[in-house]
Amino acid sequence: MQIKTVFAGFGGQGVLMMGYSLAHAAMNEGLHVTYLPSYGAEVRGGTANCTVAVSDEEIASPVASQPDFIIAMNGPSLMAFQTRIAPGGAFFLNSSIIEGRPNRTDVSLFEIPAAGIASDLGSPRVQNVVMMGAYVKATRLVSADTYLKSLKSILGGRKKAAMEINRKAFAAGYDTID
Amino acid sequence: MKKVFSRPKSLKNVAFHYCAGCGHSITHRLICDAVDQLGIRGITIGVPPAGCAVLAYNYFDMDMLEAPHGRGCAVATGIKRTLPDRVVFSYQGDGDLAAIGTAETFHAANRGENITVIFINNAVYGMTGGQMAPTTLLGMTSTTSPPGRSAILDGHPIRMSEILAQLDGATYIERCAVNTPQNILRAGRAIRKAFQYQMDGVGFTMIEVLSQCPTNWKMTAAESCRWVDEVMAQTFPVGVIKDIGKGERHAD
Amino acid sequence: MDKTLISGNWACGEAAIRAGCRFYAGYPITPQNELTEYMAEHMRQAEGGTFIQAESEIAAVNMVLGASAAGARAMTSSSSPGISLKQEGISALAADELPAVVVNMMRGGPGLGNILPSQGDYFQATRGGGHGDYRTIVLAPSSVQELADLTMDAFDLADAYRNPVMILGDGMTGQMMEPVVFGKPRPRHYSEKYVLKGSGEGKSRFIRALILDALRMEEHNWKLVRKYTVIAQKEVRFETFRTGNAKLVIIAYGIAARIAKGAINRLRDSGYKVGLIRPITLWPFPAQIIRDTAERIGKFLVFEMSTGQMLEDVQLALEGRARVSFYGRPGGVVPTPAELAKAIVQEYQR
Ligand SMILES: Cc1ncc(C[n+]2csc(CCOP(=O)(O)OP(=O)(O)O)c2C)c(N)n1
Ligand code: SF4
Ligand SMILES: [Mg+2]
Repeated sequence: MQIKTVFAGFGGQGVLMMGYSLAHAAMNEGLHVTYLPSYGAEVRGGTANCTVAVSDEEIASPVASQPDFIIAMNGPSLMAFQTRIAPGGAFFLNSSIIEGRPNRTDVSLFEIPAAGIASDLGSPRVQNVVMMGAYVKATRLVSADTYLKSLKSILGGRKKAAMEINRKAFAAGYDTID
Repeated sequence: MKKVFSRPKSLKNVAFHYCAGCGHSITHRLICDAVDQLGIRGITIGVPPAGCAVLAYNYFDMDMLEAPHGRGCAVATGIKRTLPDRVVFSYQGDGDLAAIGTAETFHAANRGENITVIFINNAVYGMTGGQMAPTTLLGMTSTTSPPGRSAILDGHPIRMSEILAQLDGATYIERCAVNTPQNILRAGRAIRKAFQYQMDGVGFTMIEVLSQCPTNWKMTAAESCRWVDEVMAQTFPVGVIKDIGKGERHAD
Repeated sequence: MDKTLISGNWACGEAAIRAGCRFYAGYPITPQNELTEYMAEHMRQAEGGTFIQAESEIAAVNMVLGASAAGARAMTSSSSPGISLKQEGISALAADELPAVVVNMMRGGPGLGNILPSQGDYFQATRGGGHGDYRTIVLAPSSVQELADLTMDAFDLADAYRNPVMILGDGMTGQMMEPVVFGKPRPRHYSEKYVLKGSGEGKSRFIRALILDALRMEEHNWKLVRKYTVIAQKEVRFETFRTGNAKLVIIAYGIAARIAKGAINRLRDSGYKVGLIRPITLWPFPAQIIRDTAERIGKFLVFEMSTGQMLEDVQLALEGRARVSFYGRPGGVVPTPAELAKAIVQEYQR
């Protein structure tokens, strides 16, 4: 098993944190994992992305030429990555703000209104964690329990309230998948 | 209807890659305006730096030769001495000009090289992601001065214009800003005057531009424009720092 | 053991501090800025630690020269264009026989090039890089864990041989995060007699590289060579991977070696007998294992993210004993294991 996921969106959407939290959880499940951020000039212009590879054996390349999963938090990310996704892979779209849909027919599509759900929870910033809830449920790469533990240790010293809203966001995203 | 505003001919019709509110874009435009007004596009050669402006040749529709980081004044010297009748300018950031390239800049000025330097002071290393620059203000945080710049550990902000003005080879040095319409107009006139001095063969000229970097200052564009006046200009006062006066007829 | 998910740049900084590094000078350059930034934050907190953002890479390496002579475990880091500027200081460190660790997270070149992972600085790193007859020990990690371990080892090697040690990573090694278990801090073994502290009348000493007398300069050169010979005998490191019954052996280092492992695993699954030799020290180069392997195996393929530099060391090691081919992607391109596998199959079937 080797699964590569690309997380992409605007700078402020917490995209790198999504990848980091997945990588952290995968590490805590004893899996091999690599996390590779986009860096340098790519970051100017306000978009960000990162690639996480999770595997039960050593990972050769941290780069994903054909990612299995793509989490697109905004429209430009969908455009940028839709040609690269592996056949049989899956898209997770932040459907509250992305109008377009992938032009690929050989992949699955999860439409998660992450931004909308986060606003309803009163905290637009946690749209990334909403999306992670859906992602964790749908992919089963890591358990919800491990993920939440990792999230807690990443948030670290921050207030209890912060963890509470993140926990709610995760649960709301988790419930979008049956 | 009379057209009062248009893209300078020397500026290519492509979108800038600079962040919204960045001072680089405004300054590019001012340089191109000056080149157009003086009718020197065909004889102008620019030297862009390593820095956020590393892709300047995508915007300036004139010959350009990229310099290694900090070496702009040396590269420009080589061009100018080979082609003395061309107008040669280097375009450099504060890290480029006042850290790694201090020696080249200092000695080009001291030799009175007949070149013009456009010095973009944004008090930070923009391109590499917000590290401390030689011009970073005391107390200002950056990724390499996380608690804020400390005079004891990190030294003081360098006023390059004042330092270079001490050198006999420097003829005209002015510090400008591009944060308000008036300041932009003044900066444009200063750049034109510097090119004029060069065409008259007077010697080394430099225009320092206090330039907004909203991204690394972590401000909105409007906040960063205010910050230039309210904070940055306290350490780097704008105005003419040296003018030997030879080019008086060109003054505004 | 607690694992930390950490980027290569940070892991390198953390490992250095754990190894007792107390002096760091650097200058920003992508893709190693996070190492400089890590040091800016943590070196100031380490007891007796000094962080300086120098005005240039030349200044940074010369600060390290001074700190090393004054007895600090000292380090500087940069990426390709900045490493070119450091060559003056590296040559001086080697001449003065002073320990120091220099990190190069290579990027695409020549010139300003780009900021993507590349392996174009192999010649510069392994041939000394600066002027004069000298050698630098060069360590090439292929994972963040190995980067952390080699960083700690680098300080010990630098002390043991009083010589600069270079860690040769690339943009990928620096930027990617992997789980790491950090090694334990080790005591330093470095004689005080090499440290300038001020000694006073009759006991004053000096460290210098200028030796005007030709015979003495020659003797200094031979003395360095004797040291390099010991290093070459004792410090060679490499890894072999699935070379057992191989018909073709890939030779690759750093990130390229990981990609090669991926390609090899795929090919083994479809019955191709391929393996890997991964040099961990690039100087001293593991020539002997390559020669030994050539007794059994007639085909080698060198894979580098360059136009072919280590290739020459492999050819020198083999002296025509086996067939050597090359596959390379320079300029910041990172090929996939599948792409490399194709190139390997072509050579395999030749
Ligand atoms: C020898 C060398 N060292 C470091 C770098 C990396 N580098 C590129 S631009 C830059 C500094 C950018 O800051 P500044 O000159 O202030 O320009 P700005 O981006 O702020 O406009 C640095 C350190 C390089 N290209 N070459
Ligand atoms: S980082 Fe700063 S200097 Fe660079 S383009 Fe953005 S605003 Fe301009
Ligand atoms: Mg700057």
